[in-house]
Amino acid sequence: MTQTGSLMDFVHRRRRGAELFLLLLALVVGIGAYAAVGLGVEGTIPADIAAYGGWLTALVVAAHIAVRLTAPYADPVLLPLVAALNGLGLAVIHRLDLAYEAKGRDNHDFAQQQLIWMTLGVVLFIGTLFFLRDHRTLQRFTYTSGLAAVVLLLLPFLPFLGREINGANIWISFAGFSFQPGEVAKVLLVIAFAGYLVLHRDALALAGTRVLFVDLPRGRDLGPILAMFAIAMMVLVFQNDLGSSLLFFCLFLAMLYVATERPGWLVVGGLLFAGGATAAYFAVGNVRNRFNFWLDPMAYYDQSPGSGQLVESMFGMAWGGLIGRGFGNGMPDRVPYAESDFILSAIGEELGLTAVMAVIVCYGLIVERALRIALISRDGFGKLLAVGLGSIFALQVFVVIGGVTGLIPLTGLTTPFLSYGGSSLVANWVVVALLLRISEQARRPVPRLEEPEPDSETTQVVRVL
Amino acid sequence: MNKPIRTIAVFCLLLFLALLGNATYLMYVDAGDLNADAKNRRVITAAFSRERGAILVGKEPVARSVPSDDEYDFQRRYPKPFMYAPITGFFSYYSQSGIERSQNDVLSGDDSRLFVTRLVDMLSNAEPKGGNVELTLDPEAQQAAWDGLQALPGDARGAVVALEPTTGRVLAMVSNPTYDPNVLASHDFSAVTKAYEQLEADLADPLINRGIGTTLPPGSTFKLVTAAAAIESGNYDASSMVPGGSSFQLPQSTSRIGNHDGGNCGGNRITLTQAMQVSCNVTFLTLANELGIEKMTAQAEAFGFNSTALEDLGGQARSLYPPTMDPPQTAMSGIGQASVTATPLQMAMVAAGIANGGTVMRPYLVDEVRAPNLDVLDQSQPEELSQAVSRATADELTDMLVATVESGTATPAQIPGYQVAGKTGTAQSTPDRPPYAWFVSFAPADDPRVAVAVMVEASETARDEIAGGTLGGPIAKAVMEAVITP
Repeated sequence: MTQTGSLMDFVHRRRRGAELFLLLLALVVGIGAYAAVGLGVEGTIPADIAAYGGWLTALVVAAHIAVRLTAPYADPVLLPLVAALNGLGLAVIHRLDLAYEAKGRDNHDFAQQQLIWMTLGVVLFIGTLFFLRDHRTLQRFTYTSGLAAVVLLLLPFLPFLGREINGANIWISFAGFSFQPGEVAKVLLVIAFAGYLVLHRDALALAGTRVLFVDLPRGRDLGPILAMFAIAMMVLVFQNDLGSSLLFFCLFLAMLYVATERPGWLVVGGLLFAGGATAAYFAVGNVRNRFNFWLDPMAYYDQSPGSGQLVESMFGMAWGGLIGRGFGNGMPDRVPYAESDFILSAIGEELGLTAVMAVIVCYGLIVERALRIALISRDGFGKLLAVGLGSIFALQVFVVIGGVTGLIPLTGLTTPFLSYGGSSLVANWVVVALLLRISEQARRPVPRLEEPEPDSETTQVVRVL
Repeated sequence: MNKPIRTIAVFCLLLFLALLGNATYLMYVDAGDLNADAKNRRVITAAFSRERGAILVGKEPVARSVPSDDEYDFQRRYPKPFMYAPITGFFSYYSQSGIERSQNDVLSGDDSRLFVTRLVDMLSNAEPKGGNVELTLDPEAQQAAWDGLQALPGDARGAVVALEPTTGRVLAMVSNPTYDPNVLASHDFSAVTKAYEQLEADLADPLINRGIGTTLPPGSTFKLVTAAAAIESGNYDASSMVPGGSSFQLPQSTSRIGNHDGGNCGGNRITLTQAMQVSCNVTFLTLANELGIEKMTAQAEAFGFNSTALEDLGGQARSLYPPTMDPPQTAMSGIGQASVTATPLQMAMVAAGIANGGTVMRPYLVDEVRAPNLDVLDQSQPEELSQAVSRATADELTDMLVATVESGTATPAQIPGYQVAGKTGTAQSTPDRPPYAWFVSFAPADDPRVAVAVMVEASETARDEIAGGTLGGPIAKAVMEAVITP
């Protein structure tokens, strides 16, 4: 190997100190927001600020130590971004809890539950880092993951487990806890897609017949993954979960495109999407409604089903303006489900455009880090996995924030790390652990092979006496 | 695989830029429109919790916010609810009307002219306050008009509008029946909804400000416009001999129209002044027929017909003089029938225009807008709307109207010691409904300070008594007295 500066020879620094510093900033965001909620809503800093701050700090420090021990070369920006978003989310959910309490609603301990879920998430994050020392291990579980994902997606259909909440059959209820298996399934599906595609990418890309502008791969290459995809999509459609089906479709497309390097797939996918969306518009009342609400939200404000939630969200965000009303001075509880899907409207109303932009940029950075990890990853599986996980983030953020702000029709999805929702939070912490693991593999210096002495293999002349 | 990854990265960048752009549009560019949307409860809830500015009439508040100890910090109160409701409007959780609506920015404190005040409030951590709005109304004239309408027998519906001819200031504006805005401003929202639904369903339309919101045939009061057009044409003056007699043959028709009392107006040839004095239908039918639709339209529009002039209140109806009427309709329009309709405000503008030497001033209600610290933010300036007739014509018309009050149909409006100019009107709508009584006047005739239009829409008074100034005359007189007598 020469020392002339090829990319492979660039040695990444560990940057754990930078991560710690950024984590402290993230803690300032989380704990500061919590204090601000207390000041704004109740007029005093909450009495439990020390306990709360201590708990949050402990979680973050534990995560940081785990990274130091098991993935010293991992990307230093991801964890702080996630910690900041999670902390901000907790504070905003707490703010909404106070509003619900003032209104006399029964459920007003969302923040507490979210903190428990966050703890579980961090535990799983640490566990993933400790037990998964090399992400390529996951490649062995390609088909297992796919099967597990489909099973998880089917769980809500079981009569004794499934629960329907707000028209979507995506919940299971077990021992008092409700859980959205789809959130876990989406990670498993990424693993399955990545494992399958990395093995069959050449066959998919090269073998096959050319139809119009696209090289169609052979059925036996595309078949299994298409079947997996189709089952997942059908399940989601039957569950009335538009957001997730859109997410999976785009995810599949992005990974296929990266694996095969054929832009034609994007064209095919785009056409399929247009066709599917048009068909859904005419066939499914719910889809048509969502589309109409999006086109003219004001016209459906008072109707049921109507666009009241979306319009209230837009009113709230407009009311917030550039710098927001401040915690306690807005009415974020006017938006139904402000603590979950519509948390961004609560942030927009009380913290303003400034905070909304900061949040969007945080998500943008997470996606950027994920794609950067994919770029520098040394193995195909890692690349595909990182692209898949990054794309999930990008798509989910776009679909939910775009929906809440009226950019695209509304489909229900959670805002990663911000929204109340245990399944999503836990799954996303695991996603971050996976990304850190891949980045660790990518950034760790290549083990320097023992370079032989220049003369070691040349024939040596030995004086024989 | 790096090339597609880079492509995806660019695509993701576009997605996030779209999110940022859309958030900026929603929360900054479009925020004003969304905040102004009537469905937006946030703005109104915040307004309920803020000290809203007062609406003042002669330094006395007719609408103000007082501290309230329920979930909202302030309660809107209207000390003289019924009398001022058509002007102040109401300020309810669900909607607003009147000045409460048109001056909402100032009253709520959101007006851009209050920016500095807001900034100071923000820095000093004081609760923001709204600015005050001072109206042009004369409390005595308003009271006189209100008492006059209340004194009418039965469930009389009517309206009174008084203007200051030289400026266009609205001195009085009363409408009956009316409503109590205190009920609608209540914090008991279900009661508010119920009360509002009742008011909406009420066949007497108490929510309508009849002074500006109801148009009715102006009847004989429109003869002022016809006479103005005739004199302006150059062929007539106050002493010109015009056709009188007992009936007029409508063109293109077999109908003949007589006078309201069945008489002959005192002869077949009478002076224009006499025709006005006795409100001779035949004369004005003849004049309108002779002048034609174009001249009549031009004159009516010069007085403000076919448009609205008052900018301070919503809910205005447009007074109509349709320029497409055929000759028989045109003739009928000369006595304020056919398709001619007018609001009391419009007829007050006609009287005020004549009183002001032919110049019609734009009527206005908001005199001054003041910041919470009483700095004057805006002072309304009188504005000329149009020169309806020449000064000479105005003088001739004034003389004719003075004669009408002195020894004509409008004698009930006489005020001892002052020269009053006035004209009565009665208009038919359908035979089964009582006619509408009108009265327009101004005083003092030599230096007019007030012009009044009174309209009484329905009354249990017998039909034959309505004609003339018996209903409207005393009310107009009381309002004029309130303004001109010291």
